[in-house]
Amino acid sequence: MLSDNKKAKLTKIIGEFSIGLALVIEIILFSQLSPYFFTAENLLNVSLQVSITAIIAAGMTFVILTAGIDLSVGSLVALAGILATSVIKIDLPVYLSLPLGILAGVLFGVFSGFIAGVFVTKFKITPFIVTLALMTIWRGTAFVYTEGRPIWELPEAFAYLGGGRIIGVPVPTVIMVIVFFASHIVLTKTRYGRYIYAVGGNREAARLAGIKTNKILISVYIISGILSAIAGVLLASRINSGQPNAGLMYELDVIAAVVVGGTSLFGGRGTIIGTFLGAMLIAVLRNGLNLLNVGSYVQQVIVGVVILLAVLLDQLRKK
Amino acid sequence: MNNLLEMRGIVKQYPGVLAMDKVSIDLKSGEVHCIIGENGAGKSTLMKILSGAIKKDSGDIFIEDKKVIYSSPFESQQLGIGIIYQDFKLVPELTAAENIFLGREIKRSIFLNKNEMSLKAVDVLSQLGEEINVELPVSLLSTAERQIIEIAKAIVSNVKILAMDEPTAPLTRKEIDNLFQVIKKLKGGGVGIIYISHRLEEIFEVGDRVTVLRDGRCVGSSLIKDVSRNDLIKLMVGRELSEKYPHKTAQTGKEILEVVNLNSDKINDVSFSLIRGEVLGIAGLVGAGRSELVRAIFGADKITSGNIFVNEREVRINSPSDAIQSGIALLTEDRNLLGLFINMNIRENISISNLGKSFKGFFIDKQKELSEVQKQFDKLRIKAPSIETNVEALSGGNRQKVVLARWLETNSSILIFDEPTAGIDVGIKFEIYKLINDLAEKGKGIIIISSELPELLGIADRIIVMCEGRITGILSRDEASQEKILNLATKFSTKIMHAV
Repeated sequence: MLSDNKKAKLTKIIGEFSIGLALVIEIILFSQLSPYFFTAENLLNVSLQVSITAIIAAGMTFVILTAGIDLSVGSLVALAGILATSVIKIDLPVYLSLPLGILAGVLFGVFSGFIAGVFVTKFKITPFIVTLALMTIWRGTAFVYTEGRPIWELPEAFAYLGGGRIIGVPVPTVIMVIVFFASHIVLTKTRYGRYIYAVGGNREAARLAGIKTNKILISVYIISGILSAIAGVLLASRINSGQPNAGLMYELDVIAAVVVGGTSLFGGRGTIIGTFLGAMLIAVLRNGLNLLNVGSYVQQVIVGVVILLAVLLDQLRKK
Repeated sequence: MNNLLEMRGIVKQYPGVLAMDKVSIDLKSGEVHCIIGENGAGKSTLMKILSGAIKKDSGDIFIEDKKVIYSSPFESQQLGIGIIYQDFKLVPELTAAENIFLGREIKRSIFLNKNEMSLKAVDVLSQLGEEINVELPVSLLSTAERQIIEIAKAIVSNVKILAMDEPTAPLTRKEIDNLFQVIKKLKGGGVGIIYISHRLEEIFEVGDRVTVLRDGRCVGSSLIKDVSRNDLIKLMVGRELSEKYPHKTAQTGKEILEVVNLNSDKINDVSFSLIRGEVLGIAGLVGAGRSELVRAIFGADKITSGNIFVNEREVRINSPSDAIQSGIALLTEDRNLLGLFINMNIRENISISNLGKSFKGFFIDKQKELSEVQKQFDKLRIKAPSIETNVEALSGGNRQKVVLARWLETNSSILIFDEPTAGIDVGIKFEIYKLINDLAEKGKGIIIISSELPELLGIADRIIVMCEGRITGILSRDEASQEKILNLATKFSTKIMHAV
């Protein structure tokens, strides 16, 4: 039993290590192939590119840890961005309209997550179907509301969110770091975090252990909704407009990042650090391939292969 | 007459348990041979060995005096052995006719010949004296009709030996009569039937011969006409009480829990009380509603009506979390499915219901958590390298201790144990008994469900006996005996009141 235990610990370390190791290898490889790759400017650029999917992926990690899934994140990005930008366009002083706009976007994230959570818990519909429906509904709403046209002509101050820098670091990167740090603390150090793992590991046992499982489940969809909405506002700021087709297919990139990061789709197992590394692995790959002038079609193939390999590695380690 | 089936010297060893100890039974053509025994006597194991679903360690099986060797349900079917399990193996979405011919479809070139199958299905059913619409999906049929479909399925596969596991458990009296008619017809056709049941009355109605199993051994076999109900009960119970239970004096004190007229889907008007320092046992056969009763008290299942009082104050319990707030703890029957978090380590499994205690602002107080868990870990002597060991690596007994530790740590005043010693080796069993006594002596109220009667008689101050979702008797330690309990537990031999 002792040796079994040691083995278990070792494989756990190797597991978390392996994604990191893959990332390091990737970075070394691209540094050799492209002189521009390993420069501060490019790395900050990568961090900016990854920030939006990574922020959503942090929320998705909460959901997947409970054995759920949230397919509505991409559409939420669009609709939250549109709501925020249209509120910002209201004729008010900027110091009022900006916070109000952001608040509108985020509140919508709360609303969407709450709806998803209620359907999953009270009506016992599988998360896949609930969030698939929401994905379509929000995307459709975004197009109906804007009549398919983007929302332009936003105050300059709004662009700071997505394009500004704090001591040289892009604002979205800073927000991403804060989100991941907070998520990590919540998942590893709080009772709420422990309950999430318990609900994902064995929902009925969790209920019988006195955990209010429905509340936990609803809350993770709300977290995912909030973080998607924040990502949506950041994206709208970066492209300086509210676009109804923003965030298209983001859900797939995000799920890929979480799964590559070692979180089990069956719930109960995974870490927020893993998700971060997973998102980075894919983002660095895309950036490196861009620098090497690899065409976007080929890139898709390579990214897909890497996702498969990363998950395969995870599967092998479990055996 | 020659034997249709003979099972000779069947042995099956599970880790720590000898489930079948040289069991021999035989069956003649056109005979109903009843197998009876308490829960865990080995009835189901015998059935599974006959079907080929599990492998026997030694022993031989003969069909029509020829030795046969097989290792899967498929092969046993080829040999003419049919098994009807308690939970039927029908595909709910397919029609009755399709189910009857599942695996042996009639085809016209590559296509299914549905007409032919429907006609034949109707034909087989009429042989049994049944009229069922074979075009309906099985999901729309009643339980009794499904059972008939299972029997028809067996007939279509040319069954010679049909084993039925508690076939009347889900049926009403009228349906049971009908089933017995069907069994008569099968007998007339030369089929040998192995009939497993714990309902003694039925055995006298339907059986020709009876064999009693106890602790995986044959303890008696006789023609039905030569035995009485009491003989059978004595054989089923058999053993003497040994001194393996720690002694404890009965308590009298204040009522710590009172349940008044509790009703749910599975339990019927249950009232009882529990006194501080008392160990209250709940006996009954499988399906008597014992687990359902404690789950209702714990808020795990919905209560339709009734009141629960803790320390003479009424409490509203709508969820397990409410129950825990009221000082009630429940160790569920299936610790792996309903108790443990297999993805977590021992520490996390123990502290999960107790994180409210180890709080430092927003965060879990890791030091406090570690020290509290370590205390329980040491006290219960859980065998593992450390509290950080994943529970996946633990044995059944140690897993049970982990769940126990969780509930002890909640410091609940009422502890409910549902089959706490099932599948646990003797050494740890004794530790658990001792722990239960210690808790009672500290003034806690204990409820324990067990299918092992000697265990209940050994540790309980009073024993509630349940049958069909009702309490059929409450016995004090002095008046309780295995015979009395078994009599009460089989009080309703049918489900008449369910049919009303």
